[in-house]
This record gives sequence, C-alpha cells and structure tokens, in this order.
Amino acid sequence: MSFTPQLPPVAKLEQKTVVDLVANGKRIDDRTADSYRQLHIQVGLIEKANGSAQVHLGKSKVLVGVKVETGTPFPDTPDEGVLTVNAELGPLASPLFETGPPSEQAIELARVIDRGIRESKAVDMKSLVLLKGKKVQVVFVDIYILDHDGNLIDAASIAALAALASAKMLKAELKGDEVVYKPGLHSLPLNNHPVAVTFAKVGKTIVVDPVLEEEQVMNARLTVTIEKNGNICAMQKGGLSGFTQDELKTVVHLAVQKAAENRAKILAAAKG
Amino acid sequence: MPEPKQPEKLIDDKGIRIDGRRLDQLRPIKLEVGILDKADGSAYIEQGKNKILVGVYGPREAHPKHIALPDRAVLRCRYRMAPFSVDERKNPAPSRREMELSKVIRESLESVVLTDLYPRTTIDVFIEVLQSDGGSRCAGITAASLALADAGIPMRELVAACAVGKIQGHMALDLSDAEDKYGEADLPVAWVPNANLVTLLQMDGILTTNEFEKGLTMALDACKTIHGMQQEALKKKYLVIKEVAEEREETEVVA
Repeated sequence: MSFTPQLPPVAKLEQKTVVDLVANGKRIDDRTADSYRQLHIQVGLIEKANGSAQVHLGKSKVLVGVKVETGTPFPDTPDEGVLTVNAELGPLASPLFETGPPSEQAIELARVIDRGIRESKAVDMKSLVLLKGKKVQVVFVDIYILDHDGNLIDAASIAALAALASAKMLKAELKGDEVVYKPGLHSLPLNNHPVAVTFAKVGKTIVVDPVLEEEQVMNARLTVTIEKNGNICAMQKGGLSGFTQDELKTVVHLAVQKAAENRAKILAAAKG
Repeated sequence: MPEPKQPEKLIDDKGIRIDGRRLDQLRPIKLEVGILDKADGSAYIEQGKNKILVGVYGPREAHPKHIALPDRAVLRCRYRMAPFSVDERKNPAPSRREMELSKVIRESLESVVLTDLYPRTTIDVFIEVLQSDGGSRCAGITAASLALADAGIPMRELVAACAVGKIQGHMALDLSDAEDKYGEADLPVAWVPNANLVTLLQMDGILTTNEFEKGLTMALDACKTIHGMQQEALKKKYLVIKEVAEEREETEVVA
C-alpha cells in the first residue's frame, strides 16, 4: 500500500531559501532553470559485467551493470528476448533509504527506466532468440544508487544507456539442446537511445535536473523520456501536486532539446 | 478465459473502432456512490468492461503509528486487481505494476484532499479492480475521488481521469483492452478541473510532441465530461435519500 511519505525535516528557513531562489530565477547551486549539473560518465568499470557505467550527476552517483544470460522467454512473446530492469536504493546512498524489500520509489525508478528502453525498442529483442519459445538471451539492467543528491531517474537513465551502448557479449548459438558461445565479442544489439529528462515544479517555476533540496520542496515532478528521433517514448508524473496543460507543452519541448544534448555525451562516453 | 484474438484492424475504413466507437468517443460509463455498508465512503464504476469498486476509510487513527504525520493526514492508497479480473488468472500477490499504480494514483488525489484538517490520521483508499478492460487506473481515480467525497472528507474538488492513446496512427480516446495491447501508445491523464492541474500523467509507446499535445487536449476534454458525470452521481445519491424522506413524511401526515 502506498502512503504519503515523511520527508526529512528540511528547516523552514532552508525550504524558503530554495523556493525563493527559484522564484527569482536562481538556484541553490547557481544554475539556471534549464541547465543540468555537471555530468560525468565512465564506462566499463566492472569487468565481469557485459556492460557497466558509472554516472556522476552533480553529487548523485549511480552505477549500472548489464548482464546477458540465457533463459526462457515469456509465453506471450516466444520470439523475443527478455529485458529486466531492477533498481537498488541501498542504505549506503542516503539516510532516507532503508534495507528490506524494494520501496515504491525503487520500483517506480526501475519501471520508468524500463519503460524508456522497452517502448523505444532500444534493445533488439528479436535478435536475442536462440530457439523460438524455448531459449532466449536475457538482458539484465541492474541500477545501483551509490549517492543520492536528487534526480536519480535521469542519472539512472543516462547510466543505463551508457552501459547498454558499451556492452559486449559473446555470440550464442544452439547446438542440439546446448548453448555454445562463439569466440569473439560483439556489441549488444541496440536500435535506439532513450534518454530521460526530469523536471521539478518548485513554487510556480519549473527547473530541470532537480537537486535533492529542490526535490524535497517541489510540488510535482515530471519525467519525459525522448528517443533518438525526438519522439516521446515514456512519461511519468510524480509528486503531490500537478502541472497545467501549458506547462506540460513547454516542458515536453525542452525535454527534446535536453535529451539530445545528453544523448551526445552518453554515446561519446560509451565509445570510450 | 482464452485471450481474444488480435483484431485485423483497430479502426475500419469509416474511422470506426472495434467496439463501434468514433476516435473521440468515451465508452459508456456507469457511476454509483455509497454502495458499501461498512466503508465510510464508497463508489463503483463501470467503464466499458471495467468494473471497479472503491472503498474509503477515514480519517482514522494511523496504524502503524510511525507513519502518522504531525501536520496533516496521511493518504494511503492500494490499487489491486482481482485474480479473476483478467483473461489469464493474475497472481494475487501484489505486483510491481500494482505498487507503482498505487503510488501514482495516491499522488493524483493528494492535492484535492484537505489533509491538513486531520493531522496524525490516515485516510485510506482501496481500489479493487473486479474486471479490467484497459484504462483501469483512470477509472479507479474517477471512482476513488467519488468515494472520498462520499466519505464526507473535505475536498477542493473531484478528480476526473481518462486515457488517450494512439491506434493505427490516430489519437483515440479511452482505449479498450485490445486497443491498449495492440495500439502504439497509451497516455493516462488525471485532471483537477478548477485548479487546472494534471495530477496523473504517464505515457508508454511512441508519440511525437504534436501527437502528445493533441492527445492531452482530447483527454482533458473527456475529463471535463467525466467530471460532470461524477457530480451527477453524487447528487443522485442524495436525491434518492430526499425521495425516501419525502415519502415517509407523506405517510406520516396520512397516519
């Protein structure tokens, strides 16, 4: 059951400072409303994973590992591989996170990233089939939050795309009932590059890439995931209030622009 | 029940959908208020083949106590699908989808409930999908805000919700199960009319920015229509009570 979360007691003074700054066109970390924090992407840190990427978005740190294994397809999609996205919001990343089964925040994060990758058909699922209805390759995307300073969705989306784009896998084939791997590595088949862009409405102003202090006082949050052709492939609104129709129109267009900027950085980093 | 086969076309040459609707037409909606005895408030919605029951309890003492907030009521929400609500039996254990939907539905209702009037309490919203037919989260929200009103919980206004989607390249209102499954995109929207706020917005599939803007306008127009139906449904309950009271008065006069 979902219930209204208890936010940490941001001192009223700090809350007012954040809201007042944004209302005056400034932000607590000296950015403009439409700029991202510094983005740093590093791929291939985890040798045992097929693909991995660590993203620093300001002080938020996210590590994504991609693993490819063989498994069975879902009964309703016998001619497609399987994609699984999971997120861990472990207690090392923030005093707000606890151990135990995945929180609704973790589930939402994983499902929003999943939706972007799945709906843009980024991973070529047809090419992952070894034997129709029986054996396919399964792509696991595991999101590890290491340090939470706001906007985990975008940091995770960037890291997931960088990890997928830099992932290398063995070519698997079926000989009789056995899966055999051919020597030599090749890239994971990627057809699209979805990038999530998240906005927060602080007071009446909308800012991109909210830092933790802004997330704690925001009225509402909107994530727009844009695929490589500039179309929307996923959206998710969060937060206790909402957006007007005009705000949504503005935000969607800004998302297209911001996604293109970040996509270029991700693909450059994934190439190494 | 076996799953129905994929229809050859979702829209025919005349622009009519598989269930006979035009692109901008809602499915028939039936709303009823106050149909559960024990719940403080309740509502029932049928929208197409969707059959959804919502019960509201509260404001009541928060349990467990540590979730209580000192300055407002906690809103709790559970969206749940019955195992028999879909073609293939759904495992009754809560799925990740249900947990996500419980969260976004709660967030769509938070801004209309005057939670600051009832600090340290909870207001619980239980949404039970008895039969699901596409757009159940939206139908759930429409019914949930009625159930909250029926419970007498002070609210700014009612929330109305409706989905739009894209089928065969056209934006279409209120997708049914098959249209959602075989269509290209789904865009559920919840709207608070007077505050002019979209409080639930999700999307999956591929939409251009123009299609999104068109779809959003269609969804908000439908939400206005549904908002009218919600008000009628609430009034109807009290009209029935009024009739009963008047009848009783008449018989008393005769006696």
